[in-house]
Amino acid sequence: MSKTREIVLDPLVDNNPIGLQVLGICSALAVTTQMQTAVVMSLAVLFVLVGSNVVVSLLRNQIPGSVRIIAQLTIIASLVMVADQVLKAYLYDISLKLTVFVGLIITNCIIMGRAEAFAMQNKPWPAFLDAVGNSAGYALVLVLVAFFRELFGSGKLFGFTILQSVNEGGWYVPNGFMVMAPAAFILIGCFIWAVRAYRPEQVEEEFHVGALLEPGYEGDLR
Amino acid sequence: MEHSARHTVIFTVLLCVVFSVLVSSVATSLKDRQDRNATLDRIKNVLTVAGLRESDESLSGDEIMSRFESGLVARAVELSSGRYVDEIDALQFDQRKAAKDPEQSREAPTNPAKVRRLPDHAVVYLIQEAGETVGVVVPIEGYGLWSTLYGYLALGPDGNTIRGITYYSHGETAGLGGEVDNPNWKAKWPGRQAFDAKGKPAIRVKKGAAGPPADDPFQVDGLSGATITSTGVTNMLEFWLGRNGFGPYLKKFKQEGQG
Repeated sequence: MSKTREIVLDPLVDNNPIGLQVLGICSALAVTTQMQTAVVMSLAVLFVLVGSNVVVSLLRNQIPGSVRIIAQLTIIASLVMVADQVLKAYLYDISLKLTVFVGLIITNCIIMGRAEAFAMQNKPWPAFLDAVGNSAGYALVLVLVAFFRELFGSGKLFGFTILQSVNEGGWYVPNGFMVMAPAAFILIGCFIWAVRAYRPEQVEEEFHVGALLEPGYEGDLR
Repeated sequence: MEHSARHTVIFTVLLCVVFSVLVSSVATSLKDRQDRNATLDRIKNVLTVAGLRESDESLSGDEIMSRFESGLVARAVELSSGRYVDEIDALQFDQRKAAKDPEQSREAPTNPAKVRRLPDHAVVYLIQEAGETVGVVVPIEGYGLWSTLYGYLALGPDGNTIRGITYYSHGETAGLGGEVDNPNWKAKWPGRQAFDAKGKPAIRVKKGAAGPPADDPFQVDGLSGATITSTGVTNMLEFWLGRNGFGPYLKKFKQEGQG
């Protein structure tokens, strides 16, 4: 696999930011009751992540080590505000549904994680690819979770009725649990389980503090 | 990477300047569009409750404006007296902003709808048909279970018979309290009476099912699984139809027709 492909495809399954690193969970819970919001949120994250990775990578030799985190945060926060303003101007209805969660992209650990872990050490092109790959990984989980939540929670996909619900004169009794945040937790848990069953190397070594004290311990120290 | 203190200071200042210019220029250049969106959204909801738009009908901005101009007249009203105020441009008036401004509002008396501040003025929309006023739309708001619900109530020419209700913003549980959005539930409102024979606000959301409007004019079916949201709807109607809300205005509206 070429390096380019690896950077883009690795975060989809092998190193998924939500699945393996368990980052960005808060927004994955909040905006996945509908496909539409999940897709728009994914696009907003794509925009911010690509922007921040490229800008951080361009400035990586200029950013002083002592203030690098706050410098990254300034860049990310500015991009998030731009994304929020654009949504309010062009996708007003959806921005009403996403409410504060666009603003909360600032605190999405995936963005800062990629800036700090990748963009600070790499040239702009690989940083761009890394951003595309990671936001695709994030989008994949969001859309998957939203698919199940919208379909079973309201019997719709992208707002179009698939299973006509009882409230609208049909037969389907919507699963009220699906529209609540805990359902997203369970779905993400199932996703992680499925991925790890398929890729057993992602399963973390069981860790207990006692192991550190045992002579000859050679496991990962995290 | 090690940098001198001078580099650090210059870098941070430049970074802040560049990005604040970026953010503020984007914000100012999009401001007009955003304001227009907010106005259109408000008008769209008024059209829906006035029965001039199907709830799932998608309309362009121009269509919304033309329907609005042909079917509705926005007027500002002084809440305490119920009189029309012509000095205020009703279409541009932001009631929610005014309620936060101490110059244009006062603290609301304690009420079960948990309305904290009352604006001095509010905007009502008169529904026009062939040159005559056939109804009025008033804004309502109040607390449900998790959130403040914002909506509109449309009344007939007698200022009493309900034409419709709609909520455009709330954070209630989807599928339970969030069913205030459901067209089937909203369809249970038209034809019921807002006030009893003594002129007191009487309409309420009951627990369980209510009869047809002719037999059971003051009650509407409750939302199953959402008792607190249902009570919230009752409370906010009682408040906004009452003497602190649109009570004085609706009394005038009833007597004078067009007011």
